[in-house]
Amino acid sequence: MDFTLSKEHQMARTLFKEFAEKEIKPYAQEIDEEERFPAEALEKMRKYKFMGIPYAKELGGAGCDTLTYEMCIEEICKVCATTGTMLSAHTSLGTWPIVKYGTPEQKAKYLPKLCTGEYLGAFALTEPNAGTDSSAQQTKAVLDGDHYVINGSKIFITNGGYADTYIVFAMTDKSKGNHGISAFIVEKTFPGFSVGKKEKKMGIRGSSTCELIFNNCIVPKENLLGQEGKGFVVAMTTLDNGRVGIAAQALGIAEGALDETVKYVNERKQFGRPLSKFQNTQFEIADMATKVKAAQLLMYRAAVAEDTQKVYSEEAAMAKLYCASTAMDVTTRCLQLHGGYGYTREYPIERMMRDAKITEIYEGTSEVQKMVIAKYALK
Amino acid sequence: MNIVVCIKQVPNTNEVKLDPKTGTLIREGVPSIINPDDKAGLEAALRLKDAQGAHVTVLSMGPPQADAALREALAMGADEAVLVTDRAFGGADTWATAHTIAAALKKLPFDLIITGRQAIDGDTAQVGPQIAENLNLPNISYAEDIKVEGDYVTVKRQFEDRYHIVKVKMPCLITALSELNEPRYMTPGGIFDAYRAKEVKVITRQDLDVQDGDIGLKGSPTRVVQTFTKSPKAAGTLVNNLNPQEAAEYMLEKLREKFII
Repeated sequence: MDFTLSKEHQMARTLFKEFAEKEIKPYAQEIDEEERFPAEALEKMRKYKFMGIPYAKELGGAGCDTLTYEMCIEEICKVCATTGTMLSAHTSLGTWPIVKYGTPEQKAKYLPKLCTGEYLGAFALTEPNAGTDSSAQQTKAVLDGDHYVINGSKIFITNGGYADTYIVFAMTDKSKGNHGISAFIVEKTFPGFSVGKKEKKMGIRGSSTCELIFNNCIVPKENLLGQEGKGFVVAMTTLDNGRVGIAAQALGIAEGALDETVKYVNERKQFGRPLSKFQNTQFEIADMATKVKAAQLLMYRAAVAEDTQKVYSEEAAMAKLYCASTAMDVTTRCLQLHGGYGYTREYPIERMMRDAKITEIYEGTSEVQKMVIAKYALK
Repeated sequence: MNIVVCIKQVPNTNEVKLDPKTGTLIREGVPSIINPDDKAGLEAALRLKDAQGAHVTVLSMGPPQADAALREALAMGADEAVLVTDRAFGGADTWATAHTIAAALKKLPFDLIITGRQAIDGDTAQVGPQIAENLNLPNISYAEDIKVEGDYVTVKRQFEDRYHIVKVKMPCLITALSELNEPRYMTPGGIFDAYRAKEVKVITRQDLDVQDGDIGLKGSPTRVVQTFTKSPKAAGTLVNNLNPQEAAEYMLEKLREKFII
């Protein structure tokens, strides 16, 4: 068992770190403050070919692996979780299902554009009455000759309004429950598709989170993704892979908060000495550094499992559960160490704490992760 | 067009700390980088490649660890990498280094050679021009802008108080300044290719047509006795409103004061 990264992974990490520090960090606070989509970051990530990192070159990707991609999310989220969310939703949720389930024609049509970032991808499963209970889908798709007609709405869709393609789930046979769900590739230009209201959120405020409206939306038959009635499997496997991305995001937020706090406690003086000289600070930092490292090992294990195992639901669920709770715990404690300054928007710590919370909620709440883990643990 | 860019791996001096007791640099644990002037030279070569097509080879003389700097250059977009390495080259001063690199360059096709102006660890600015001298090539130093048209290169050369616009027929050697450009990032796919699909060609002592007395420590006519950081000069005194006679007297007085005359 070897815990060292390969030379290419080390170099990739150096790249992502430098890129995040120089190209993304300077905008992070502003993007949050103005609730603005990180368009300049997207442009640069396109230029440096960050938009299809884990996918094969034949598909238009960079030909790296899942671990490299997750390290990219981790490093970006150290400085800006909004930007990480955009890239993660695009890569893990908007592109992956086509890589995994697309027909050769669908792959040829969409993947080169998604992997270069010419197209931004998104994923639309959640509905007002179908969150964790995703089988309660009300959006319907009816086959009509050479196309499907989709009616309904989706909510909380990341990259909504900016994405060019959406992986959309709809009921093709309501009577069959989970087995009546189908997946579709919907382009933003398809007739009957529109973007509804944009959510105002607590954290990741620059990320665009929107409602999608399907009003007799015409989707060509060849845009059915996977078989009819197999959409639930598409959704669940996509979420397994997406969860590793959220684990990476949560881990990045925790690491970023810890980095900021280490800097702060070394500089800030009270009672004539730096905060870092007080034992409470030392114990807090030691405890958090240990949790962060444990979270990183769980995340890396899940990332490697994704490339080497057929099923990695348990690894993904554990990584997401632990990384998310670590992010919440570490950012809260880091803010506490910052004292009053931490509560102001002059320091990034309050933003990081707000950003951390979503990682316990989206792509399966922490409670859902426990359900998955328990299923394996109680076997 | 074949471009060879010479690069050096150096410690990232931004992260180097001084040992408070000895006053020397602590190099342990300091990450290595491509020397900034050299990286700008590489970027200039890659831009020429993007604009008009070129085959870009990076060459580095150094210990085996310099492999990482060459892989980084490949990940940025260089086509080929050559590492000139041998224990026999160790301890070389700028004369022996330039002699060795020139011998290695003779093994490669080139129209244009680009080096950095100087390395941040030694700051000599000698190796580039010495390579040109060894290869009997025209050399333009301190390039701030490089344009290629046909067989000619036009270089905007930075000078203390002005620019020189110099046009020269290739083959030639140019030394680049880090002000030349903002080097691009590597790409993730480029990194994987650099390690998994490309090779770093290794050139050793036996591949080169050189004499033992001209390489390594033996071939180095200079010895570094001591290194130190230059202390900044105090600001000068400005004396206005004196006629030539008074000015001459003033200067004479100052020189006497300091026992110079």
